[in-house]
Amino acid sequence: MSSPRPLTIRRLGVVSYTEGLELQRALVAERIAGDISDQLLLLQHPHVLTLGVKAGESRQHVLATPERLAQLGVELQETGRGGDVTYHGPGQIVGYPIISLKPDRCDVHRYVRDLEEVMIRVAATYQIEAARIPGLTGTWVGAEKLGAIGVRIQRWVTSHGFAFNVNTDLDFFRLIVPCGISDRGVTSLRRLTGRDLPLPDVEDRLIAAFADVFQRTLAT
Amino acid sequence: MSDVVMPQMGESIAEGTIVRWIKKVGDRVDRDEPLFEISTDKVDAEIPSPAAGVLIEIRAKEGDTVPVNTVVAVIGEASAAVAATRAATPAVTPAAPAPAAAPRASAPPAVAPPAEVRPSAPAQAAAAPAPAAAYAPAVSAPAAAPAAAAPTPAGLSGDQLRRRKSSPLVRKIAGDHQVDISGIAGSGLGGRVTKHDILAHLDGAPRDAAPTVPAAPAGARPSGGAYAPAFKPGDHVHVVPMSVMRKKIAEHMVFSKKTSAHVHSVFEVDYTRVASIRDAKKADYARQDVKLTFMSFLMKAAVDALKAVPIINSSLDGDSVVYKKEINLGIAVALDWGLIVPVIKKAEEKNMLGLTRAIRDLAARARAKQLKPDEVQGGTFTITNPGVFGAQFGMPIISQPQVAIMGVGHIEKRVAVVDDMIAIRTKGYLSLGYDHRIIDGAVADEFMSHVKRTLETFDASAV
Repeated sequence: MSSPRPLTIRRLGVVSYTEGLELQRALVAERIAGDISDQLLLLQHPHVLTLGVKAGESRQHVLATPERLAQLGVELQETGRGGDVTYHGPGQIVGYPIISLKPDRCDVHRYVRDLEEVMIRVAATYQIEAARIPGLTGTWVGAEKLGAIGVRIQRWVTSHGFAFNVNTDLDFFRLIVPCGISDRGVTSLRRLTGRDLPLPDVEDRLIAAFADVFQRTLAT
Repeated sequence: MSDVVMPQMGESIAEGTIVRWIKKVGDRVDRDEPLFEISTDKVDAEIPSPAAGVLIEIRAKEGDTVPVNTVVAVIGEASAAVAATRAATPAVTPAAPAPAAAPRASAPPAVAPPAEVRPSAPAQAAAAPAPAAAYAPAVSAPAAAPAAAAPTPAGLSGDQLRRRKSSPLVRKIAGDHQVDISGIAGSGLGGRVTKHDILAHLDGAPRDAAPTVPAAPAGARPSGGAYAPAFKPGDHVHVVPMSVMRKKIAEHMVFSKKTSAHVHSVFEVDYTRVASIRDAKKADYARQDVKLTFMSFLMKAAVDALKAVPIINSSLDGDSVVYKKEINLGIAVALDWGLIVPVIKKAEEKNMLGLTRAIRDLAARARAKQLKPDEVQGGTFTITNPGVFGAQFGMPIISQPQVAIMGVGHIEKRVAVVDDMIAIRTKGYLSLGYDHRIIDGAVADEFMSHVKRTLETFDASAV
């Protein structure tokens, strides 16, 4: 039994989407080179709609006009990740794990299932029963999505990750068809628990669940 | 020269979509330099080059979805590659049409897709060796003998030649269009028929001697019937390649139908007692976080009946009947993308709670694509449940090498005659598909009567 690998947590507060991309790019290169240990970035983005690699397709899933988006202060960003269009904004915890899946976790589906597991476990600590829906990546409560996932892997080093709706203003999701799935809604911990939850506390739980699922020890 | 293949990015991943080629044909690449990007589900991955050299051929374009281990590109040393192509082409090409000519005359177009066992799938080949033999184009008479191990004639058979001369994608296109690849001049390396070659061949078919859709004489196909192609060029159709899972199911089902002498028997079961036990115990089970369903009772009844009539839990091996001492219960689980049969090992050692837990766990992981290969193998008897979709009963096909499969029909309240009075009872049909080679009707019915009796007089203390 080898000792668990260290995981460095970076709580970054509010970071613009482009800054987040730049940071991830740099960290992925360093992680591939072996210069840094595994990282978990936790942050929030200002209002932004991000489009997946199939940008043409995902653009159709943006329901608002560019003028309307500008008026609401919502940015539109193309990204290199998988998946369709997604909304990020205040009250939503975004997690970007920059970790190496080598040598024992080289399975992209397993990685995605593990990210779902992290969010399912955190929901459970609030007595919320979240689950997977076969064929629909993400974490669901009933037919509503609580957490979204979009992942990129380079030489088994991960980037992008998950977006967990804590106190998210769900009205912003009306601007899009989330992930191209039109018959399912979104939800948040606030809606499910009926109260605003302190983000640092939710982050603590995400960190604990992540370390547990991925069998990492927290670097001090 | 190195083949670049679609990598296996996870156990449950059978195919990937090429999102973007980072390098173009003619570009130099270093080993481990990013070469292309693929996408599966919500994951994108950048795939590094397996070798240093020059990208000399791209076989799968952006947007193509191909099975894992399909060759998607070739990397070689620029100068050497061209020389090799020139040297190899004359040697192989002239030889090609000759061996192909004979099979085409006798048993023409059968570039049989079922025989196309991908090199990456040894397990599949092991599980179902017979179809290859049964479907092989009539290279020689013995090859047509059913259930014989695939003979490997000395020299190159037509199939080997096609294999040598093509990629799986090309063979697939050829299969779809019923074209014999060995009759096409290949422009690829070593005379290989590229996708471009075969598409050009399909477009301008008449210029070549080989007809695109040769008139199939009656009796030419193994099944003995001449039938029209699924579609003709210009038809208003939408062609979707089968997934790996779909192909495996198709092969296995046809193989099973050819192997076993299927007979079916249908019984009606009164579930009223089971329903009331279930209602009484449901809450107890829920407290232990498991859902007590009719399937729990059916599994238990099947295990008991298998113990009583052990030939149902056997296999046929040549001239011998192999009785299995363990009862490994396969339970068919419908998935959005197909069907899978997880297996509860040593079901005879489990009580109701154990069986219920086991199937809940296996089904959940089947739907999450997290089953291990070991968990879908080694079944000795299968239960399938078409009733959940409303079917009154099914006539299921046996999962080889098992000899029987039980189908559970829709369970509902029905009008029944009890003690000469009209009553409302919870009822449903149970069907058994069995292999008449070793199981006679009386034995099958003995088994089914046992299941029925167990369910109708279920021992509540065992729940």
